[in-house]
Amino acid sequence: MMINFILNDQKVASTAKANERLLDILRTEFACTGVKCGCKEGECGACSVILDGRLVNSCMVAMGHVEGCTVMTIEGYRKTERFAALDTSYASVSAVQCGFCMPGMVLASECILAKNPNPTEAEIREGISGNLCRCTGYNAIVQAISIAAKEGEGLW
Amino acid sequence: MENISGSIKKKDHEAKINGSALYVDDHVMGGMLYGRLLHSAKAKARITKIILPELPEGYLIVDKNDVTGVNRVAIIIHDTPVYADDAVEYIGEPILMVVGPDNQVVEKILHKIVVVYEEQIPVLDMLTSDTVFFDYKYTKGDMDKALAEADRVFIETFQTGYQEQAYLETQGLIAYPQDGRMTVRGSMQCPYYVHSAVANAIGCEGKDVQIIQDVTGGGFGGKEAFPSILACQVAVAAKKANKPVKVIFNRREDMEFTSKRHPSLSTYKVAIKNGEITGMDIDVLFNSGAYTTLSAVVLQRGLICANGVYRIDNLRVGGRAVKTNTVPCGAYRGFGAPQTFFAVEMIMDHIAKEMGLDSLELKEKYMVKQGDSTSTSGKYHFHVPLPEMIQRIDELTDYRAKRKQYQQQIGRYRKGIGLSMFFHGCGFTGSGERDIIKAVAKIRKNPDNTVEILASNSDIGQGLKTTFCKIVADTLGISYDQVYIDNPDTDRVPDSGPTVASRSLMTVGGLLQRAAEKLKKEWQDGKEQVIEEHFVEPDFVIPFNLKNFSGDAYPTYSWSVNAIEVEVDTLTAMTKILGAWGIFDVGVPIDMNIVVGQMEGGFLQGIGYASMEQMDYNDKGIIRNNSFSDYIIPTAVDVPNLVAEMMNNPYTHGPYGAKGAGELPLVGAAPAYVEAMENALGANLNKVPFTPEDAMKILQGVNT
Ligand code: FES
Ligand code: FES
Repeated sequence: MMINFILNDQKVASTAKANERLLDILRTEFACTGVKCGCKEGECGACSVILDGRLVNSCMVAMGHVEGCTVMTIEGYRKTERFAALDTSYASVSAVQCGFCMPGMVLASECILAKNPNPTEAEIREGISGNLCRCTGYNAIVQAISIAAKEGEGLW
Repeated sequence: MENISGSIKKKDHEAKINGSALYVDDHVMGGMLYGRLLHSAKAKARITKIILPELPEGYLIVDKNDVTGVNRVAIIIHDTPVYADDAVEYIGEPILMVVGPDNQVVEKILHKIVVVYEEQIPVLDMLTSDTVFFDYKYTKGDMDKALAEADRVFIETFQTGYQEQAYLETQGLIAYPQDGRMTVRGSMQCPYYVHSAVANAIGCEGKDVQIIQDVTGGGFGGKEAFPSILACQVAVAAKKANKPVKVIFNRREDMEFTSKRHPSLSTYKVAIKNGEITGMDIDVLFNSGAYTTLSAVVLQRGLICANGVYRIDNLRVGGRAVKTNTVPCGAYRGFGAPQTFFAVEMIMDHIAKEMGLDSLELKEKYMVKQGDSTSTSGKYHFHVPLPEMIQRIDELTDYRAKRKQYQQQIGRYRKGIGLSMFFHGCGFTGSGERDIIKAVAKIRKNPDNTVEILASNSDIGQGLKTTFCKIVADTLGISYDQVYIDNPDTDRVPDSGPTVASRSLMTVGGLLQRAAEKLKKEWQDGKEQVIEEHFVEPDFVIPFNLKNFSGDAYPTYSWSVNAIEVEVDTLTAMTKILGAWGIFDVGVPIDMNIVVGQMEGGFLQGIGYASMEQMDYNDKGIIRNNSFSDYIIPTAVDVPNLVAEMMNNPYTHGPYGAKGAGELPLVGAAPAYVEAMENALGANLNKVPFTPEDAMKILQGVNT
């Protein structure tokens, strides 16, 4: 049985078993290595993807659930105008350190702004609190998201 | 602000933000096999038998018998086995590796292996250890006299726990044989450490080994020595299989079985005469775990910092790093200093209370200034900016007023504020840089006038690629885009030493600046030119003698003052951090955004260490907190108000005035936090982490 879903705007079909993890399938079958594995237990957010418009930890999603869904990873998101705005704002505050949390953080940023184009600092912090970053202390990431909200006026 | 401090787009920004940067687990090679280690389930035992299941075609077992060189990992002392001999010394010790083409099959085989152990009684408590790995002592002045003449001697013991680096990318490496050579690549801080370890384990010459650093998802010390161990295991496996072998640790494996910060117990005896501190007699104990790894040097740094930033004329400092049957401890940002700085800051606080002073008053009275002698009878050669830092902290936080105000509180919610002052000695301890490391760095100008930096230091998130390129571009007066640096590959770069000890930018950055100055003079358009520079110790340094700990342990120091404010709910013991402020002097910041990012990240790690990062083992020696649900690190909501400010205090011998930065921000968070908790709870405290459970105990004591 094939599992059909939309990955980064393309129809795809996977031969994976229903109980396999979306994280593993994205990385191995579809070469989406921008989806990172930090814990495989739903605790770190490094494996974040956007599934039907919601931020989820792909290590916690079984392939059986993905049938008919839309999945966006950093590989697809980086082609968007919204990504370009986040790219610029993250760069302007040098938010990237080791980078391992970053694909997940960027997708979390998108989900915060998609829901609320003018978030407060507290809302931003809440919005990324499921994504661990051991390097930055988070300030630069929070700043980057609020810069994108301001500069990317109209995008979200 | 200096010109060089202006921020620019980081060299590695693009690849990391768009997800195209390749970390070790993102690499897949043709014919690659996957390896998983079988870890000892006993803390101390003899292995009497290993029963293996029948292996499917293409799967193999790798163990001590496959080690073609020496079955020991070259770190400082070669005592860590590559694969266990016939005995195991801690839970998690690698016994063998299962290798094969399908990870899930490898996993199944792993579960079918039966190890028959003859158990022995493990030593788990460092106080009952019978093996002292390292024992150092040094003195200054006459401590016996100070004690004999004292009208009062304060004695107190302080305790600190494990800290797990919790880099987001777990440990991982790939090894592959090629043309009679062995290549190992992956997540690491120090390619040349891995290089000598692998050559030693597979028994070949250095020229037959190549080490490549891949993009590395954080290190914080955790990828200093540990990758040398894993590299030996993976290289032995790749040699036996004659194919590429990849090993990536899962999170639980990483948390339980890789090195972490040494737990410590420090006992301070402080002599007081006529209201003056006349001496400190300090005894420090570090739990090394089962093997020595880097404990010798971690202990040295811990001891050198034991009297903090204070002028103490009579000093006796002794310490031991002892063996227990627990996971070996190793390097972690701060490297022994967070442990003793916690103790000395707290004892100063407790003495002040006894004297009816605020701790800041007492600390100010004793803090060192330029020209004063260090704990090891070296000298603080340069300006010590502590007074300006304290003033700035007071402006930012209203520390002095709040501290008093919070002493008299009633009601459910109580606030507290605490302050710490500290330094980080920049670079290797003692004469290591001169005698052991002997760093070499190169730059090469290509015919197209681009310039490549050749150094073995790794960018593990601290921004080294960017800052190195800025130094070279700025010195040459060419565009930053014309200068580039790839991840180190030992086939291509000289040994400029490891990426540790807050040395990379100060020491190697200095070599690069010199090389660029030379190239600028000799620049010939369209020609290839290579410039090489070697480390030279600055001439002001008073040579360090490790036997009696005398001389300059470090050429210079980075300085900082931290303040933290908390609010405790006395009903639930839950604590909110209202603010955390740090003033940091790392010389001239080479790129402000990068340095501020380092300070904020390190400071938050320190706050985690102080308040929530609890890790311990049970009575069998098993680490209980082995996942992100059991071992909690700070998230974006834990410290919403975290402020890091820089103080520009140029270091004459660093590139553009820069000195060591990376470790400093972690060192002083714990005492500032725990002092704040004391201020709120009205009690003397002496341990980190100081968790809500600990606060509850105090509150129950108070209430009953
Ligand atoms: S890898 Fe999925 S949450 Fe950590
Ligand atoms: S940048 Fe390293 S974990 Fe976030």
